[in-house]
Amino acid sequence: MELTGAEILWESLLREGVEVVFGIPGGASIPIFDAMLKYPIHHVLTRHEQGAAHMADGYARASGKVGVAMATSGPGATNLVTGIATAMLDSIPVVFITGQVHSYLIGGDAFQETDVTGITLPITKHNYLITRADQIAQAVCEAFYIARTGRPGPVLIDICKDAQVEKAEFVYPDKIELPGYKPPRTVPAHLLKKAAEMIKQAQKPVILAGHGVQISHASQEVQELARKTQTPVAMTLLGLGSMPASDPLSLGMMGMHGEAYCNLAIQNSDLIIALGMRFDDRVTGNLKTYAPRAKKIHIEIDPSEVNKNVVVDLPLLGDLKTVLNDLLPYVEENQHPQWMDQIEEWRAESDSRNILYWPDDGKLYTAHVIRSIWEVTGGNAVLATGVGQHQMWAAQYYAFEKPYRFITSGGMGTMGFGVPSALGAWFANRQEDVWLVDGDGSFQMTQAELSTMVQEGANVKIAIMNNHFLGMVRQWQEFFYDSRYAGTPLTGPNFVKIAEAHGIPGRRVTKREEIMPALEFAKQTPGPVLLDFFVEKEEAVYPMVPAGADLHNMIRRPVRQPQETGQR
Amino acid sequence: MQHTLIALVENKPGVLNRVASLFRRRNFNIDSLNVGQTETAEVSRMTIVVDSDSVDARKVEANLYKLVNVIDVQDVTGQPAVMRDLALIKVKANLDQRAEIANLASIFRGRIVDVAAESVIVEITGTEDKIDSLTELLRPFGIIEMVRTGQVAMMRGNHAPVRHLPGAGSNGHHHEELIN
Repeated sequence: MELTGAEILWESLLREGVEVVFGIPGGASIPIFDAMLKYPIHHVLTRHEQGAAHMADGYARASGKVGVAMATSGPGATNLVTGIATAMLDSIPVVFITGQVHSYLIGGDAFQETDVTGITLPITKHNYLITRADQIAQAVCEAFYIARTGRPGPVLIDICKDAQVEKAEFVYPDKIELPGYKPPRTVPAHLLKKAAEMIKQAQKPVILAGHGVQISHASQEVQELARKTQTPVAMTLLGLGSMPASDPLSLGMMGMHGEAYCNLAIQNSDLIIALGMRFDDRVTGNLKTYAPRAKKIHIEIDPSEVNKNVVVDLPLLGDLKTVLNDLLPYVEENQHPQWMDQIEEWRAESDSRNILYWPDDGKLYTAHVIRSIWEVTGGNAVLATGVGQHQMWAAQYYAFEKPYRFITSGGMGTMGFGVPSALGAWFANRQEDVWLVDGDGSFQMTQAELSTMVQEGANVKIAIMNNHFLGMVRQWQEFFYDSRYAGTPLTGPNFVKIAEAHGIPGRRVTKREEIMPALEFAKQTPGPVLLDFFVEKEEAVYPMVPAGADLHNMIRRPVRQPQETGQR
Repeated sequence: MQHTLIALVENKPGVLNRVASLFRRRNFNIDSLNVGQTETAEVSRMTIVVDSDSVDARKVEANLYKLVNVIDVQDVTGQPAVMRDLALIKVKANLDQRAEIANLASIFRGRIVDVAAESVIVEITGTEDKIDSLTELLRPFGIIEMVRTGQVAMMRGNHAPVRHLPGAGSNGHHHEELIN
């Protein structure tokens, strides 16, 4: 069947199961959009290509499917770049499709020409420049395969305008031939036995659960390993939800803003079982003093992550779920009562500093807002965030019970991720509660996508933690730069009026007792609702491991003796 | 120390750029990089010499495998392999000096491939050390220009190269080798 390149693209996307694409048309992609009307794929018109990228990313994180974002050549494509890098650093499967100038114009600095494959080379898992219609089906087929398999990641296809228009025979490939790209193999039995023996010998083991647990759909297996061996589980930011927060074996989040008892457990452990995580500097602190007495087992799909930051004793390379399923039969049941007692002691000490127990002092704290959102959503909402203090508080106080619920930019730390990623997540889970916890700084970076939200009739509840600062930078300035607040005080607009201008109901909240009524209002009101929480301006995220400091040397929240029992 | 890696890559546009971009991005220091055809039209062969400790050399390998177009990576460092570099060296030479330069070249199994009134071009093939030695001996005459291809390598006989990541592919696998 002869089709135009644009038609071949949509036929191919249909065969990959694509239901929704996010993007903005432009001169070099008009033929693609023109052909789109013939196909049952929903297009979401975003207000900026960065929004399209984050929406596709949020959709992928929440659905486990491959997200798709589209842009035109030149500025359209370069506006995607932040979103592509965000997806790359967090291993998110997104296929980006960009229009390119006519193939005969390439290299001639034509209008809206940029070297998109060149620009995105280091921030994609792979990319393609397509100059002929007959290359499109193969490229799409490979792109989706590469994006979702192995260690997932973004793949970009840059399609010249003439390739969109010319006709070619459409045959969708039924097999993929990538001689340099092979799926993982299994781990040999003798290494599984060695791992099981190390686990058996350990007196103070800790499991570190990373994003790979969720990518590999291995949270059941991780929980089985933890329960069988009574090993506590510390999670990375993107690993949250791998172990239910309510489980006694959960240590919550590790690292720079991890729980003190969690970091202390890691530092004092004699065995680390690292699962689908990459020992990022935000979770290790000073590498020289990191878990010095621990032997380390690293189960990881990407060989280049092994021994990159932390030298390990036993790497097991493969898909986490497969490796754990192979490993579990060799692992013996075990208990570590003394170790757990020690951890409980640290946990009790942390609890004594917990802001959630503070009585109402007339101030509004983000921690209490997040905990209340947790209450009204039963701990089961899909929760998207921007980046900064509010993001860390969300990680600390929204006790995730399940995986795939926390939509947040980890490795890249992209402010502005919140609004678009929440909308993308809503497309993945329209039946679920989708909440956005954002900061006033992050929100303003992509607030244009509010109107996308309205145009799409998305049901996203927005809670802005408005402290009139770029809060995380302000915190670093307070701690490490003598409180010189350079470039961080932030005058925002009246967000409630911004919401109203979009036809979205909004409310401002300034007192603790107003939190629950406002959240109930948001919950009961159909469609998007915006809540503007005027939170304490100069509150810090605790604990904090200063960048490069030892993981056990945390700046702790000062102990405050409760005058009365505060609500939790 | 120097590590010599061979990467077999798909012969497609932009692959050299992907490899070069990887070295730059990961801050790997490359001594030489040679690219050429192989016995298979669809496959190009890169010989990469990195000056690093073995931990970093492994990182280069693991990251090369992450590139979709990289088919195979072999480590021939310290293996029974033939290593060759080719140099063209243009040396100042008047009538009286030609014979002396030709003599030096022949000691190193090099040869004169161009003669002009004021200069000659010496062609020399061999290991990097051998070429370095001849270069030093020619330097007093005055080296006008020099070009080297960078090292190429091939295992002798049926000796197998070391693959730290047998199975290849961007999610290739290996175990024991990484532990050591």
